Amino acid sequence: MDFELDQDQQMLAKTVSDFARNESPVARFRQLRDSSVGYDPGVWRKMGELGWMGVPFPESVGGFGGSFIDCAIILESLASTLVPEPYLASVVLGGMTLARAGNAAQHEAYLTPMIEGETTLALAYSEAQSRYDVSSVDTTARPDSNGYKLSGEKVWVLNGHHADQLIVSAKAPGGITLFVVPRNADGVHVTAAKTIDGHKAAFIRFDEVEVGGDSRLGEEGAGADLLDRTMDYAAAAAVAEGVGITATMLQMTVDYLGTREQFGVKIGSFQALQHRAVDMYAETELLRSISMAAMVRVDEDDASARRRDVSAAKYQLATGGIWVAQQSLQLHGGIGVTDEHDIGLYFKRMYALNALFGDQEHHVARFASDPSFAEVTV
Amino acid sequence: MDLTFTEEEEAFRQEVRAWIPKAMPEDMREKARGAGGFTPEDSATWHRILHKKGWAAPHWPKEVGGTGWDAARRFIFNEEMELAGAPPLSVFGLSMVGPLLISFGTDAQKKRFLPKILSGEEFWCQGYSEPGSGSDLASLRTTAEDAGDYFIINGQKTWTSYAQYADWIFCLVRTDPSVKKQSGITFLLIDLKTSGVEVKPMLTLGHTPAFCDTFFENVKVPKENVVGGINQGWTMAKALLGHERTLLAMIGPSQNALQKVKRIAASRTVNGRPMLEDPVWRAKIARLEMRFRAHTMVSYRALADQQKGKMPGPESSILKVVGTKLIQELTELAMEVMGESSLTWYNEGLCPPLEESIGPYFCYERAATIYGGSNEIQRNVIAKMILQLPSS
Repeated sequence: MDFELDQDQQMLAKTVSDFARNESPVARFRQLRDSSVGYDPGVWRKMGELGWMGVPFPESVGGFGGSFIDCAIILESLASTLVPEPYLASVVLGGMTLARAGNAAQHEAYLTPMIEGETTLALAYSEAQSRYDVSSVDTTARPDSNGYKLSGEKVWVLNGHHADQLIVSAKAPGGITLFVVPRNADGVHVTAAKTIDGHKAAFIRFDEVEVGGDSRLGEEGAGADLLDRTMDYAAAAAVAEGVGITATMLQMTVDYLGTREQFGVKIGSFQALQHRAVDMYAETELLRSISMAAMVRVDEDDASARRRDVSAAKYQLATGGIWVAQQSLQLHGGIGVTDEHDIGLYFKRMYALNALFGDQEHHVARFASDPSFAEVTV
Repeated sequence: MDLTFTEEEEAFRQEVRAWIPKAMPEDMREKARGAGGFTPEDSATWHRILHKKGWAAPHWPKEVGGTGWDAARRFIFNEEMELAGAPPLSVFGLSMVGPLLISFGTDAQKKRFLPKILSGEEFWCQGYSEPGSGSDLASLRTTAEDAGDYFIINGQKTWTSYAQYADWIFCLVRTDPSVKKQSGITFLLIDLKTSGVEVKPMLTLGHTPAFCDTFFENVKVPKENVVGGINQGWTMAKALLGHERTLLAMIGPSQNALQKVKRIAASRTVNGRPMLEDPVWRAKIARLEMRFRAHTMVSYRALADQQKGKMPGPESSILKVVGTKLIQELTELAMEVMGESSLTWYNEGLCPPLEESIGPYFCYERAATIYGGSNEIQRNVIAKMILQLPSS
C-alpha cells in the first residue's frame, strides 16, 4: 500500500502548479470569463505542446499512456488558480469517451488533434429530462441511405459553445449510440449558456443533422455503457478538481484568519473560529483521502469496486467539500461575498462541480443499491 | 500510488481469518456473532489464547515478545479481529505503558513488567485525570513526596477505567510544586496491592463496569518505578499520546458497528419489507458507510507512512476527532433502526441479544469524544500545531 506519487508524477504536479501560479493567476480567469469563448485557444495549444492533454491516452494516438491519477494531478493543480481551459470537458468527457468508443481512423481524425491542442471536444449527453441518467435519451438517430439523421436537444454541454467536435448520444434502432458531429455541421443550432462559475456551456438543438456511418462510435447500442463509464471518470475528475479547490480555499481562509484583526487581535486567535478551521481541515483531508481511492479504482473493470469509491468520493465532495466552501466564505466575512475577492470564485466553482456528474442523492442511491451493500459479514 | 495489499499480505489475512474461529471458545463465538457484551474476563481469556499463539502484541518488536510484523500485517490483523467480532484486549498494558517502557524503561523495568503484560498475568490501568484536572491535565495535584528510596503518594485519580480488574496503575504525580506546572510531573508505576490504595468502581452511563476512582493515602512507591526520570512525566505523557492516536481512529469498532446496524436493519421490517431494502433506510446507512470509507482512507495513509518508517503525516491528527464522532453516529443509527425497541434496558429474552447490547454500547460510546483528550482539546492542538493559527 502506497499513497505517494512517483517521481514523474511529483514532477508533473510541480510543473502544472508552477504554470498555474506563474502563467495563469486567477486574474487571467477574471479577464477571460466575460469573453465569448471564456478561455484562450493559444494557451490550450501550449498545454498540448506540454503534453498534458495526452496523459490518459495510449501512445498509438499520440498520448502518454498514463493513468487516471496523472489526469487527476493535472486537474487538481489547474484548479488551484481556476485555470479556465476546458481540460475536464475536452480531455475527460470528450477525449476519454472517444478513446474507448472509437476506431483507429476516428482516433486519428478527432483525438490526435485534441491531444496536440489544435482542437477541443465536448460531450453532448444530458437532456432536459435526464437528470444524471445517461440512458435517458430522447434524441434520435434515424438511419438513412448515407448514414444517420440526428434530431433532438442536449443541455448544458460543457465547452459545447466552442468545441470543434461534439460527441452526441442518440437513440438508434439498436439502442443508445454515440456519434461524432462537427459543431458547425448543418442543422446544429448552438446557444451558448453562461454558467454560475464563470465558464461556458451550450444548449444544442440537432435538426435532422446528417452524419455519415463513419461518424458512429462503435456499434449501435454501445452508447449507454460507454457513457456510464465516462460518468465515473467525470465524477472522479470533479473530485480531483474539488480537492484542488477546497485545499486552496482552506489555505486562503487560514491565511485570512492569521492576518485579519478585530477587537485588537488576530481573529484566528478566537477558539470558535479555530475549531471551525480544524473541521474544515478534517473535511478537506477526508476528501483528499477518498479521492485517492477513487483515482485508483476508477480504472477498475469491476463496476462494484469502481462505483463504491467514486460515489463515496463524490459524496464527500457534496457534503464535506461544499461545507468547506461555505465556511471559507463565512470566515472571510463581507469581503467574501464581493466579486472583487477571489474566494467567491472558488466557491461558485465548487457548486458547479457539485451539480455535475451526479449529485449527493444520486451517489447515495447508487452506493446503496450496489449488491455488496447488503452483504452482512459479522 | 498503489492501494492494494501484496499477495503475501493477502495470504496472511487468510491465515488469520481461518485461525480465529478455531481458536475462540464457543461461548465467545456466540457473543462475537452479535450477542455482544464481552466481560473483562472474556478479554483476559482471549488475551491468553492470543499469547499462546504469539499474537498478543503485534505492535511490539520481536526482542520483547512482539510479532515483528510490519504496519500492513498489523493493520490486517486488527481488521480481521474486528471483523470477526473478537473481544478487544485491554489497551493499558499492551498499547500504552508497554510501548512506553520499550522506548524509555530501564532494563530492569523491561524485564520485570513486559513479560507479564504480554502473557496477561498482570493487567494495567491509567491514572491521569483527577477531579480537578481533566482537560487541564498538567494542573494535577496528586503529590509524590521524596522519602529517600521511595515516594509517598497522596491524592485521588479518577476515570481509572478497569482499575477494579487491574494489578498495576501508571500515574502522573506532582514531584515538584515549585516549577512551571508541566515541569514538576513524574511518570510512576504503582502496584495496586500496596497498602493505602483504594479503588472505588463507578457505573458508566451504559451500566457497564468501567470507570473507577482510585485513592492514594500515604502510599509508598519505590523510586525504581519512575519511568523516564524524575520530573520528566509530561514528556512521557506526550510520547504515550503518540501511541494513542491510531488507536482512537476507531476503524475496527466502526466497521463492527456498521455491520451491526446492517444486521439489525436486515432483521426488522418497515412497510412490510426488511429495513435494509427500504430506500430511505438504505440511504441513511449508506451515508455513514461512505463517510467511514473516507475516514478509513485517512488511516490507510497513516499506515502507509508507518510502513515506510516515516512519521504519519499531519492528516493523521484528525483521526480521533472524525473517528470518535463516526462511532457515535453509527451507534445512534443502530438505536434509530431499532425504533421503540431501543427503549430496552438489560432485559433478558425480550429482544434479540444483539439488540439488547446496543443501548449500553450506545451510552458507553458517548465517552469516545471525551477520553484521550476531548475533541475540543484536539481541535485546540490541531489549530495551533498544524494550521498554525495565532494564540489568544
